[in-house]
Amino acid sequence: MNNNKIYTKKVIEHFKNPHNLGKIKNPDGIGKVGNLICGDVMHIYIQVEKNKKGKEIIKNIKFETFGCVAALSTSSVITDLAKGKTLDKALQINKDDIVKILGGLPAIKLHCSVLAMDALSEAIYDYLAKNKREIPKELQKRHKKIKKDLEVIEKRYEGLLKKK
Amino acid sequence: MNNKKIMAKKRIYLDYGATTPVDPRVIKAMIPFFNEKFGNTMSLHGFGQEAKLVLEKSREQVADLIKAKANEIIFTSSATESNNLVLKGIAFSNRKKGNHIIISPIEHPCIMETAKWLEKNGFEISRLSIDKYGLVDPKEVKKLIKKETILVSVMHANNEIGTIEPIKEIGAICKKQGVYFHTDATQTFGKIPIDVNEINADLLSASSHKFYGPKGVGCLFIREGVKITPLLHGGGHESGLRSATVNVAGIVGFAKAVELAKKEMKKESKQLAELRDKLIKGISGNIKDIQLNGHPEKRLPNNVNFSFSFVEGESLVIQLDLLGIAVSTGSACSSDKLLPSHVLSAIKLKPYQIHGSLRFTLGRWTKEADIDYVLKVLPNVVEKLREISPYKK
Repeated sequence: MNNNKIYTKKVIEHFKNPHNLGKIKNPDGIGKVGNLICGDVMHIYIQVEKNKKGKEIIKNIKFETFGCVAALSTSSVITDLAKGKTLDKALQINKDDIVKILGGLPAIKLHCSVLAMDALSEAIYDYLAKNKREIPKELQKRHKKIKKDLEVIEKRYEGLLKKK
Repeated sequence: MNNKKIMAKKRIYLDYGATTPVDPRVIKAMIPFFNEKFGNTMSLHGFGQEAKLVLEKSREQVADLIKAKANEIIFTSSATESNNLVLKGIAFSNRKKGNHIIISPIEHPCIMETAKWLEKNGFEISRLSIDKYGLVDPKEVKKLIKKETILVSVMHANNEIGTIEPIKEIGAICKKQGVYFHTDATQTFGKIPIDVNEINADLLSASSHKFYGPKGVGCLFIREGVKITPLLHGGGHESGLRSATVNVAGIVGFAKAVELAKKEMKKESKQLAELRDKLIKGISGNIKDIQLNGHPEKRLPNNVNFSFSFVEGESLVIQLDLLGIAVSTGSACSSDKLLPSHVLSAIKLKPYQIHGSLRFTLGRWTKEADIDYVLKVLPNVVEKLREISPYKK
């Protein structure tokens, strides 16, 4: 973590040349998080296939993000991290993993790494739900929390904007 | 980011509204006052007298620019200090008359926050409404003034969207109603003509670093007879209104910047307005889904502010920085509090338009080739970020 507003070289690299950018046609799962009022919106698309051992893996993953440099670079990193991983392993990706790869993020931008995690887990949730599969309790909890947090944030920002 | 890398490439500074480089002629004028003529203006000996003399000469020069008298100018550390002094100083010394202050909703944070603080301490603050260009309606000022009103403060021009307010009309109303009128002229002082008598200002704030003077120096015009309490008590400098050893070198720089502005303002503002219009026209003609923020005509000669839909301002700023162009944004993502610009919110832009806002402010060393370069690279930068955005069409 750093406390100034300056981005690391790694962040700028991902910002300049984001990996896995774009959309997947007919994706198996989509995760949409963030909201336009507070400024960052991430969409993550996944394509799921079974590997040789018969385990489901993220075969392909792409993203579209409206947001700041931190939001774009964390989107790029999480898609790198998730690609090829089993769904279980992908769900274990931690925000600290993302921040570490980026060589740190300004403290005020750390929430962007959480947003990236949320987008991925929402895409996996979407895939499991669409296929009427059993959804792990932990993931259910996360899904509920993401939805609830969004409501809270939207209300708070609307309140702040109104006050002005 | 690596500093050497930044230094090595093309650099175009289009953030003159944030601060300006000090003009080399100003630096030259300041230098003797650091070690050769370093005296304290309060000392009786020759060193002190030398400093005092140049202080008073500087005061005359600054006063002359806005048609004020020399004894109506005090020097401060910044426009922030000047504006704090106005609001708090007027509030505390005019309490017997009333506790009501009127401000515009798009003042600089140093007015907005000071007003909020006064509100917490028993004063009543009215915030005017504005139209979509950021213009205040003088009629509303007249309507809001009441028996308890002690001060009206409306900025001369807005720092973000460049809109120039009808301060002459507001000043006339305040004069008629017997209410003090203050204008924060930080963005206009030294850039467009100001006559404190024509605008009926009782108080006016300015800052040196916005027009090629050094940072850390500001001034406040206080019309003779205005009742005001100081913020800084002490040795009684600046007619007892601002104690603290006087920053002579800085003030000499301020005065030199004023002298240059007086000579060059007319020509410079005309040139800048031409470049500004070229930039506005070029952006309007080459990029889709955009909007010019601020008034199309009643506008600072050096300000351009656009909203680019579907992209976020901080990303735009950094992408342009990588190409050597320095600009700023009102996006929430770029602010320390993660809140969108209060100015862009007040002109009722939609959140996505605020996030995609970009301000270009031109200045003394902006060349036509710089504008050409911006117009060459900007469409691609916006296009590239729109490609990444889920909101692209």
